[in-house]
Amino acid sequence: MYDTIIIGAGLSGLAAGIRLAYYERPVCIVEKHTTIGGLNSFYRLRKRDHDVGLHAVTNYAKPGTKTGPLSKLLRQLRLRWEDFDLTPQCGSSVAFPGITLRFTNEFAFFEQQVAEMFPSQIDGFRRLVSQIQQHDELNLANRESSAREIVSREITDPLLVDMIFCPLMFYGSPTAHDMDFTQFVIMFKAIFLEGFARPHEGVRLIMRKMIQQYRKFGGELRLRSGVKRILSNGGKVTGVELESGEVLEAKHVVSSAGSAETMRMCDVPPPEQEPYQPGAVSFVETIFSLDVMPSDLGHNETIIFYNDNERFVYDAPTEPIDLRSGIICSPNNFQYDKPLDEGRVRITALANPDYWMNLPQDEYVAEKDAWTNRIVESALRFMPDFRSHVIDTDAFTPRTITKFTSHFNGAVYGAPHKIRTGTTHLDNLFLCGTDQGFLGIIGSMLSGITIANLHLLKPTSA
Amino acid sequence: MSADQIRQVVMKILCRIAPDNDLTALKDEVPFREQMELDSMDFLDIVMELRKLYRVQIPEEDYGFLNTMASTVQYLIPKLQTATA
Repeated sequence: MYDTIIIGAGLSGLAAGIRLAYYERPVCIVEKHTTIGGLNSFYRLRKRDHDVGLHAVTNYAKPGTKTGPLSKLLRQLRLRWEDFDLTPQCGSSVAFPGITLRFTNEFAFFEQQVAEMFPSQIDGFRRLVSQIQQHDELNLANRESSAREIVSREITDPLLVDMIFCPLMFYGSPTAHDMDFTQFVIMFKAIFLEGFARPHEGVRLIMRKMIQQYRKFGGELRLRSGVKRILSNGGKVTGVELESGEVLEAKHVVSSAGSAETMRMCDVPPPEQEPYQPGAVSFVETIFSLDVMPSDLGHNETIIFYNDNERFVYDAPTEPIDLRSGIICSPNNFQYDKPLDEGRVRITALANPDYWMNLPQDEYVAEKDAWTNRIVESALRFMPDFRSHVIDTDAFTPRTITKFTSHFNGAVYGAPHKIRTGTTHLDNLFLCGTDQGFLGIIGSMLSGITIANLHLLKPTSA
Repeated sequence: MSADQIRQVVMKILCRIAPDNDLTALKDEVPFREQMELDSMDFLDIVMELRKLYRVQIPEEDYGFLNTMASTVQYLIPKLQTATA
């Protein structure tokens, strides 16, 4: 009998697992896939290592910083600053028709950019920033409210509103057009106030440190162990039944599988399905390996969030892919001591999940190739032409994401309605991860920690 | 365990949960929160570490006793009198 079974060996599940294992709870993480990672994973293809999910770690803070999410999470997981080898970005931008706002990990630079390009808006922008700084995004009692409404009270130029929303939505919004204000604050702090960094080795290093820590404290991990059913008796969870038919008993179950995905596993469904609607925002990502470094071509930016439509539209497109906007990321463009082995460009754009899910297999590959070319053409308006330097290409779609993570619709940011307290209709079944609502790489780990602390470790609940 | 030994135990725990704080100048009569960046997650960790190390149970209503080093040591003396450092 385990104290806790955790469903999913992604960052949130591992973080919850480390907390429980550290405090000597018998804990087992069950993972359906053949490896750890979940939505932030990695793979090897034609002798090349690739990251999935992670473009950059957000919430950057300088080593030794005593406050903020990154410092909090390292302390909670008993990790050291050097464990994640975080190297700051070179500089990123939001590129819209005729106007580009640049930003770095120094917020004052971004503020100055806003003051220069939008002089009439700077006072409102500063009021908004102070409101964001005062908002406690980790308070689980926050109510949902429209971020666009709150932002538009201070910023009257819709172009600036769109340019602020663009990177925040691309890197974390499960909802179309608007975000819940707390989610907006999490992303604003993570991207603009704190900033981007990346380990030289990419997401592999973070995953390796997490699993090492979990194992060191005595946690158990079972790969290739998909959960068929979450078992309960009289409204209390008793364990899980694996796809193999094996039953594992536990006093608590924590699921990082997603809220709708978790509810579908419960032997007793929730009285209401309505709070558990899966998300529908997903992406296609194209990955190019180059025979030069991006900087050799004059491309020095870490990440470019681009849009050339009059208004920025964030929604599942009716077309297979929305070519009007996207994200260009170069993992080479961080301030490393030594360069990466190879030049890489990753371009990501909004995709229509239904289209990619329902394509017959024989058309799927051809369509993926055709749209990869269209995505590049679209992105080339915002970066130097690198096509003659491409030595390898890969792409993944909502279908790939669902195949490897089991998240419905390939929805990388999960359900529109977050369940912040992590509680469910069953006693001792808790949610963590994307659908608990702390966003980003650091957020996902904080989600696991928070749910473990609140429901499993706090002495009154033990 | 003596008051001195208990103080050492609490120091060890503080080092573990807040390694980036300089604890050499910690004042025993001043609240931890005023000298270190500790949040509610960290206070939970002090409680949990004590439980892990010495099986001491500290109910939530007693968290107030963990305000300063001096009050923490005072509070722990009866609970740790039979424990060995």
